[in-house]
Amino acid sequence: MDFWPTDDQTALQEGVRTFCQGRFPFETLHDIEATGGRIDRSAWKDIAEMGVFSLRHDGFGISDAALVFEELGRALVPGPLVATYLAATHLSDTAAASGASIIGLAEVAEPVTVIEHADDLDVLLLLDGNGVRRMAPDALPTDAVERPVEPLTPLRLAHAVTAGGDTVLSGADARAFRLEGTLLTAAMQVGVSFAAIDLAVEYAKGREQFGRPIGQFQAVKHMCADMLTRAEVARSAMYAAAANLEGKGEDDAEHSVRVAKMLAGDAAIFCGKTGIQLHGGMGFTWEVNAQRFWKRATVLDTHFGNSDIHADAIAAAM
Amino acid sequence: MDLRYTDSELAFREELRAWLREVLPSVPPEPHRNDWEGRRAWDTGWQRMLFDAGYAGINWPKEYGGRGATPTEHLIFLEETERMRAPYVGMNFVGLLHAGPTLVAEATDEQKAYHLPGILKGEHVWCQGFSEPGAGSDLASLRCRAFRDGDDYVISGSKIWTSFGHTADYCEMLVRTDPDAPKHKGITWLILPMNAAGIDIRPLRTMEGSTEFCEVYFDEVRVPVKNRVGDENDGWRVTMVTLAFERGTAFVSEMLQSMELVRDLTDLAKKITRHGSTAWEDAGLRRELAHLSGELDALWALTKRNISEAQRKGLVGAGGNVFKVAYTDVRQKLGDISMRLLDRASLSLDDMAGLPTGKHVKGRIHALSIGIAAGTSQVQKNIVSERVLGLPKDR
Repeated sequence: MDFWPTDDQTALQEGVRTFCQGRFPFETLHDIEATGGRIDRSAWKDIAEMGVFSLRHDGFGISDAALVFEELGRALVPGPLVATYLAATHLSDTAAASGASIIGLAEVAEPVTVIEHADDLDVLLLLDGNGVRRMAPDALPTDAVERPVEPLTPLRLAHAVTAGGDTVLSGADARAFRLEGTLLTAAMQVGVSFAAIDLAVEYAKGREQFGRPIGQFQAVKHMCADMLTRAEVARSAMYAAAANLEGKGEDDAEHSVRVAKMLAGDAAIFCGKTGIQLHGGMGFTWEVNAQRFWKRATVLDTHFGNSDIHADAIAAAM
Repeated sequence: MDLRYTDSELAFREELRAWLREVLPSVPPEPHRNDWEGRRAWDTGWQRMLFDAGYAGINWPKEYGGRGATPTEHLIFLEETERMRAPYVGMNFVGLLHAGPTLVAEATDEQKAYHLPGILKGEHVWCQGFSEPGAGSDLASLRCRAFRDGDDYVISGSKIWTSFGHTADYCEMLVRTDPDAPKHKGITWLILPMNAAGIDIRPLRTMEGSTEFCEVYFDEVRVPVKNRVGDENDGWRVTMVTLAFERGTAFVSEMLQSMELVRDLTDLAKKITRHGSTAWEDAGLRRELAHLSGELDALWALTKRNISEAQRKGLVGAGGNVFKVAYTDVRQKLGDISMRLLDRASLSLDDMAGLPTGKHVKGRIHALSIGIAAGTSQVQKNIVSERVLGLPKDR
């Protein structure tokens, strides 16, 4: 057993982190919001050239992908990253792998089915209990959602989602697609959690009140420690799920992926919320990124089933 | 990141299982918790069996009589002995997990040659003289004094929370040897024989009803200078060596028990009815148990990360502190669920009306101690925020 990232994995993760900091610095998020969350195709190409979508074709494993998506989540990189990766990986879509195509994924769900980044998609995948259907992004009737909670993730409300498109995956293949998507979403949630922690800790060190940095107060310290605790526990579950899913573990992959998504979802929302609280009034402003982590956490929680859905499934197997 | 065990780790597990299957039937039943003589014989008897079979001091270096196993094999040992319900480390806890590793790291050859085999063979039981009535979370403010008098130190003062103080042979003892130095710089680590004259031991009854804790009073107790470990006034550094061992694997058995507790509570919820339906039909309860079960899976993964980190780097990082904070919370929530399930049956420390209440009630009470012992959750959070996240100290 050696449940610690290898030197190669650490180098991969650091490479992606450096890329994200250079190509998607937090300062540019405001500009992307101003475009209505539109995807910059040249930036998308750059992500593809980093190898993000073609990881598996290039000989990397699921654990490697999990580490990469943790970094993408940490940097709040916008766009249907997981969907495009899944299309490249599970549908052998070479245009997805090269960054030429942007692939969206919508889960047929109650009470609503929503499509993210609909205006930028080349292909839409619909995921339901029967499998994955592929269709043109304008094949479904949709209504615009004028004010999405997270402006970096624009939405359209979809109708008549039960028909249309060609079934491209079903049965075990669809299950593998869903599991990997769930895992990588959990990875992004872990990344969001750590980004929220980084910002909160930096603020707590610099912000002075009562003549001292607020990070000197135990009430503030314990908020930070609670964030780190939730995030590290979730990260452990996520790494274990990655190992199990790629056959390097001893536990049931589906169970451990559900645990990872449940805990990572809760951790991201908790860290997002606590980060806002720790910033005080500034945390409630648009300007400070604390709110952006919480908003992304809120969006990601709805992908591939929220925490409650996974908790119910875990309980059903108990 | 690979969770699979290697062939040699699997072989170790098989060999250990075979041995446990062979010897466990010959282990006598566990004595009553306040039968101190019986418990000592039982705990040290098991330790002797481990020693004779080559399983004592599983992670201690071979040159000091240990097995020299890897951190992963140590984890396997803890896992298998718990799963097969072998006796817990019990009274040997301080010797094997605190004092012993400190002696390995810091003691003289003469001290090692005498004490380490005594611990490994179950011949010597150790206790810990660290905390004092006025020095708990702020351990470095301890005031128990030791004056140098010729070849002896003369100790006066008191210690508290000294588990097994009344049955122990030796005490790992922290004393104040320089009251004028800054608090961390005037402490010395001593090996104290518990049969020395002037020691008064008073059992302290815990809320569990056990008398395992003791208060210990010292009235001019003489300890030879040769019993000092490390230099005079260097005891704080020596102590930190000890505490670093504490959180890596100390809770493995506990955590595995908690996983079993989740299964027990699930079975119980499926049996207990309220308002005509089983408790398990309550979606809120199911979801809560699923969460806690998932958190335990995650903590097991975190333990393996910590072990793997130790294997790579030789020490456990922040993961140990994070683990303890998170585990405490999970264990206490499980205790609360058990009480809600049992409702008025939760009011007895013994089984009631055919329900396994005793185990759950005692477990719930025990859970309250986890957030206090070995550094309270609040102290753990201070450590995490200062040493891991780099927040400024407030002193």
